[in-house]
Amino acid sequence: MNEALTAETVMMKGHNGDEVEAYLARPDGTEFIGGVVLIHHLPGYDSSTKEMARKFAAYGYSALMPNLYYRDSPGASPDDAAAAARAKGGVPDEQVVGDVAGAAAYLRSLAGSNGRIGVIGHCSGGRQAFLAACSLPLDAAVDCYGGAVVHVPQGAPASMKPLIGLSENLSCPLLGLFGADDQFPTPPETAELSRTLDELSKPHEFRTFTGAGHAFFSVDRPSYRVEAAVEGWDKIWAFFGEHLAGKA
Amino acid sequence: MCTYSTEHVPATGSGKGPNGWFRLSEVSVYLDHPAHALADHTLNIDFINPAHGPSARVAVELTAQTARDLASAIESALAAAPPGLA
Repeated sequence: MNEALTAETVMMKGHNGDEVEAYLARPDGTEFIGGVVLIHHLPGYDSSTKEMARKFAAYGYSALMPNLYYRDSPGASPDDAAAAARAKGGVPDEQVVGDVAGAAAYLRSLAGSNGRIGVIGHCSGGRQAFLAACSLPLDAAVDCYGGAVVHVPQGAPASMKPLIGLSENLSCPLLGLFGADDQFPTPPETAELSRTLDELSKPHEFRTFTGAGHAFFSVDRPSYRVEAAVEGWDKIWAFFGEHLAGKA
Repeated sequence: MCTYSTEHVPATGSGKGPNGWFRLSEVSVYLDHPAHALADHTLNIDFINPAHGPSARVAVELTAQTARDLASAIESALAAAPPGLA
C-alpha cells in the first residue's frame, strides 16, 4: 500500500437523474479497486467527511461522497447548506437512496473497479447507510451509530420512518459500530436490531464500545474517543477487506 | 445524536450575514451537533431568509446554559422596555 491517491470534486447522476456534486478520492496505481459510497452526516458535506474519503483511498478503495444538499444549495458552504436542508425538513429517504445508487454506479464505472460496492455513514449517514443497504444491491454496509433505525425520536419530521421493518431486504453483510453511552441509538435499540437480523439470518457484526458515546469517530469534536475510533477503523478495514477488496 | 427536531419561527426583522444586511423571514431553533462550537451538542439558532439563498443566514451555536441565559435576557429586556415600545 503506497497510499498515493487523487481527490477531486466531480459531478454524478443522482436520484431522478439529477446532476449532483460529489467528492471522489481514489487510489493511484491500483487494480481491482472496491468502491465505497460515503454518506455525510447531518452537518453536511464537510471537510472532516472529505478527509474520511481520502482515508479510504489511502487504504486502496475508491470513495465517493455525494453532496445530499447540493440541489437546494449549490456552491453554498456545508454548514449553510445543512441549515437550509434542515429548515426545509430534511432530505427525503427516497432521494438519498437514489443518490447512493447513482454514486454506486459511478464507482462501478471507474477504470480499475472490481465491481464491488460498499456503503458507510455516520450519525444520520449511518441510518441512511442501513436504508441504502436495504434498498439497493450492495456488497457491504457499515452503520456507525445511526439513529432512527429502530425508533424515530419525538420531533422528527413526519416523513421519517423507522427502518427496522426493511431488514428482510438487507442485501449485504452489515457492520454496526456503536457507543455504549449513546442515547440515539441506545444499546437496547441496537440489540433489538441485531435480534431481528439474527431471526432473518442476515449476516452482521455489531460492536458497542464502552466509554464511547455518539460520534466517537469525529476527530474534530469533543465526542472523539481514540480507543473506540482506532478499533473501529480496524473493524472497517477487516470488513471491507473481506467483502470489497481484490479481484471480483 | 442527530436530533432532527427543529422549531420554526416566522420572523420579521433584519440580520447581518456574510454579504451584509438582509431581511429575515424565519428562525430555526434546534439542539443538535454544532459545526464550530466545542461541545457535543449546542442550542443552534439560524436567522435566515431562504428566498435569498442558503448563505443568507446568521448562525449561533450556544451552550444550553448560554441559551437559557439569552432567553431570560430577551424576556427581561422586553419587560423593561417603556410602555408601548415592545
